[in-house]
Amino acid sequence: MFATSLTVNDLLFLLEGAWVTLQLTAWSILLGTLAGLLFGLLRALLPRATLPLAWVLDVFRSVPLLIQFVLFNSLKSIAGLNISAFTVGCIVLGIYAAAYFTEIVRGGVLAVPLSTRRASRSLGLSYLQDLRFIVLPIATRVAFPGWLNLVLGVMKDTALVMWIGIVELLRASQTIVTRIQEPLLVLCIAGLIYYVMSLVVARLGARLETRWQEND
Amino acid sequence: MIEIENVHKSFGDLEVVKGVSLTVDKGEVVSIIGGSGSGKSTLLMCINGLEPIQQGSIRVDGVEVHDRATDLNHLRQKIGIVFQQWNAFPHLTVLENVMLAPRKVLGKSKQDAEALAVRQLEHVGLGDKLKAFPSKLSGGQQQRMAIARALAMSPDYMLFDEATSALDPQLVGEVLDTMRMLAEDGMTMVLVTHEIRFARDVSDRVAFFCNGRVHEIGPPEQVIGNPVQPETAAFLRSVK
Repeated sequence: MFATSLTVNDLLFLLEGAWVTLQLTAWSILLGTLAGLLFGLLRALLPRATLPLAWVLDVFRSVPLLIQFVLFNSLKSIAGLNISAFTVGCIVLGIYAAAYFTEIVRGGVLAVPLSTRRASRSLGLSYLQDLRFIVLPIATRVAFPGWLNLVLGVMKDTALVMWIGIVELLRASQTIVTRIQEPLLVLCIAGLIYYVMSLVVARLGARLETRWQEND
Repeated sequence: MIEIENVHKSFGDLEVVKGVSLTVDKGEVVSIIGGSGSGKSTLLMCINGLEPIQQGSIRVDGVEVHDRATDLNHLRQKIGIVFQQWNAFPHLTVLENVMLAPRKVLGKSKQDAEALAVRQLEHVGLGDKLKAFPSKLSGGQQQRMAIARALAMSPDYMLFDEATSALDPQLVGEVLDTMRMLAEDGMTMVLVTHEIRFARDVSDRVAFFCNGRVHEIGPPEQVIGNPVQPETAAFLRSVK
């Protein structure tokens, strides 16, 4: 009754695509987190001086990711940069994630009440000690759910890199669909793989949050 | 000794402290009373440099608080302050709240800071809450923790900014008792308070603030018991 042309090799091909998706996600989140952390702190602590930074990041938040991929890929060719499509994917996704994470970090830092910071300064803590021991730990708890959302979002946005010729999970599934003409089955499997990857990340995050909530 | 001389403080165009002069001697307890918006809390924030001033001078043990060359982080070690909103650090346990500054500011070892913090917390009656997080404490307990946190720096001066105003009535007593204990130990204290009876009991002098100025100052028997100024009398009637 149930017959399919899907082979074990096809499944392995999908998993290889999933591995590329994971790598893209990991690198771009790493880049986005580091840059976003720096930019977000600057935006929260020096709002006036860093206004131009906000304008630039707004561009990356506003222009569809697909356009950013294609434009950056073309720019790469025009400028004669010798970098792989995978690197382009990581950079574009990383900047995109950074633009979002900047706002998440800024929100977290601004959520720390001024009175709490005054209390720590009144004890003799320096500006940097106040940041390190009071502001950052509290802001982290506020910003974490937003960061987790971003990770899951970026994981799915990686699907767009197929437009610059990278074979990741979605592209791999389309290749198989073209050959065996069973889109429902293949897309279900691809969707399931995305779901499992997201679930693992979400569960890890939830565990961390519970641990914090026991305290606060 | 805290010497406040002709201090003016504005927020934008709004001048809230309009030429206040006040001296607090070692070992003295001075209460500041007055209506809201009279500049009493603001003055307290100026004493340890949390707020800048526009004119005048504040000296603590001869050091100009608002001089650019003054190391405020160093000066603040000897001026403890307790806020109306107790301002616990929510991500740290009660013990860690109190240990933080002795460790990071005074550079004490973990063992020393812990011993010190435990002693201070037992002193304010929180010896059984060391591992609890502030959110599990009542307002009164959090405020006593804030007092222990300030005392752990062994300050020479303690400032209280309406320390009981945000508390439920039945919790006010425990915090006042802690403050009374400090006063009896000879701590130099400046209290901004609405607890008139308490101010009368513990203070050496009471200052009545009105419109950003010291309107009347003297021993509590005079300012609270038998005020000279009609505004002081009117204020005391209104809070009774």
